[in-house]
Amino acid sequence: MITPSELLRFENVSMTFPDGTQALDDISLTVSAGEIVTVVGPSGCGKSTLLRIASQLEIHTSGHCSVDRDSIGYVFQDATLMPWRTVKRNVELIAELHKLDKDERQTRVAQAISLVGLNGFEDKYPRQLSGGMKMRASLARSLVMKPKVFLFDEPFGALDEITRERLNDELLQIFISEGFAGLFITHSITEAVYLSTRVLVMSNRPGKIIASFNVPFSFPRTHDLRYEPKFAEICGEISHSLRGAHS
Amino acid sequence: MSIQADSNALVQESKDYTDQQRMSIRDLIGPVVVFAMFIGFWYLLSSVLLPVHKRFLLPRPDQVITDGFLVWRTGERRGLQPILLSLWDSAKIALIGLLITIIIGMSIAVLMSSRRWIERATWPYLVAIQSAPVLALTPLIRALIDDVRTQRLLVVVLIAIFPIVSNTLFGLLSADKSQHELFTLQGASRWTRLTKLQIPSALPNIFVGLRISAGLAVIGAVVGDFYFRQGGVVGIGAQIDVYRARLWGAELIAAIICASALGLVVFLFFGWVSRRAIGNWHITTRGN
Repeated sequence: MITPSELLRFENVSMTFPDGTQALDDISLTVSAGEIVTVVGPSGCGKSTLLRIASQLEIHTSGHCSVDRDSIGYVFQDATLMPWRTVKRNVELIAELHKLDKDERQTRVAQAISLVGLNGFEDKYPRQLSGGMKMRASLARSLVMKPKVFLFDEPFGALDEITRERLNDELLQIFISEGFAGLFITHSITEAVYLSTRVLVMSNRPGKIIASFNVPFSFPRTHDLRYEPKFAEICGEISHSLRGAHS
Repeated sequence: MSIQADSNALVQESKDYTDQQRMSIRDLIGPVVVFAMFIGFWYLLSSVLLPVHKRFLLPRPDQVITDGFLVWRTGERRGLQPILLSLWDSAKIALIGLLITIIIGMSIAVLMSSRRWIERATWPYLVAIQSAPVLALTPLIRALIDDVRTQRLLVVVLIAIFPIVSNTLFGLLSADKSQHELFTLQGASRWTRLTKLQIPSALPNIFVGLRISAGLAVIGAVVGDFYFRQGGVVGIGAQIDVYRARLWGAELIAAIICASALGLVVFLFFGWVSRRAIGNWHITTRGN
């Protein structure tokens, strides 16, 4: 059962695709309010499948997954903006699909746009935006529905290092002000440690959680945290267990 | 903050986009040169290359202008006025036919995109319509339909429908997988998915199909005129056939030019509509 502070819970979830590939093996994890849990692991280990199960885009073959489906925000690997819509209309999209009335939509869209710092770009088309700004717009689109659980599928993976770090900071600011819980998938150990309260390491396919690390740093976190010895130490440990995962 | 840097780059970028839209005199040089070559070749053909006894078939450009375009009306059929009247008659058929084609064609494409088996079941008929010579179908059309206007419209639809269906279908099926998933996550209905995702993302393809079909609709109208006509004002195709039979070269060429001009106007019109509708977000790339 899901306890009040737990927003997402996987119990012994396994997943085998129809073609016989086993993607996930006996995954158990919980994400509670105020937490960002990050999953790192080798590519193709089934990290994204985890999110797809949580959001019901895929159905797991055994075990149990509990989450309030109506309070999920999903941020895709690429920004998936509609090229024919301006930033404002893109941010409005999910609210529109949920049939929120127009005034309500306008207020929420304006809030979300200013949360991600896209003021002044409302009427631009996606092709006029940089990669980082597209990702911000994509984030704003999910923020409009004020989800309690955010699923991030390597959202910053395609961005350059500097933009990625900047967006990490902005994401944490929004996390602090909006108070959602997050399940974050990434390749980058630094990003994982910087963003999360807990880091889970997944093994090669079939994906299994082989280690869990608590990240003790309090919020707000500043960008210099990345250069502190304790930070490096945690990164080192994760890297070590990831190497185990690859073998 | 750092967002500022981004925004400066962006302002510059959007300026570039507006600059490249402006037409300059240099853009006109190409078309003018090609046109001059075309006219030159025509003179060469009609006054040098053709044997003398065949020259009446292809009058020189100046003869076409003086005899075909500058004569308002002589007799029942000769002159610019009868040409324009029959051109207008065919234009109406082409446009109404095109409208019908768009409605039917897009509906078929939407149906085909909704289910795999409908798509599979429909393709053979479309290909058959596309490749069947209309000439071969004329006896059948004449036997089945009495009204000449309906016969002409049917020919337009038969000739013009394929590109609309195939391009629309291609567009409807080419929306991004993760964009589809975004809609799935919100529990969007099939209708919402169609109107808010598939149709908008198909628009560039739909307009390509429209431009091709528009040209074909004009061809369809002219071809239809050849086979289906009745007294009074006839279509430009029928007019061309009369000029051909009576060996009125200048009028023949003038009528052909008018028919082509109609195709060109329709083509340009849809290009313009396309730029108005999707020019904001869809850019064509030429690689230089």
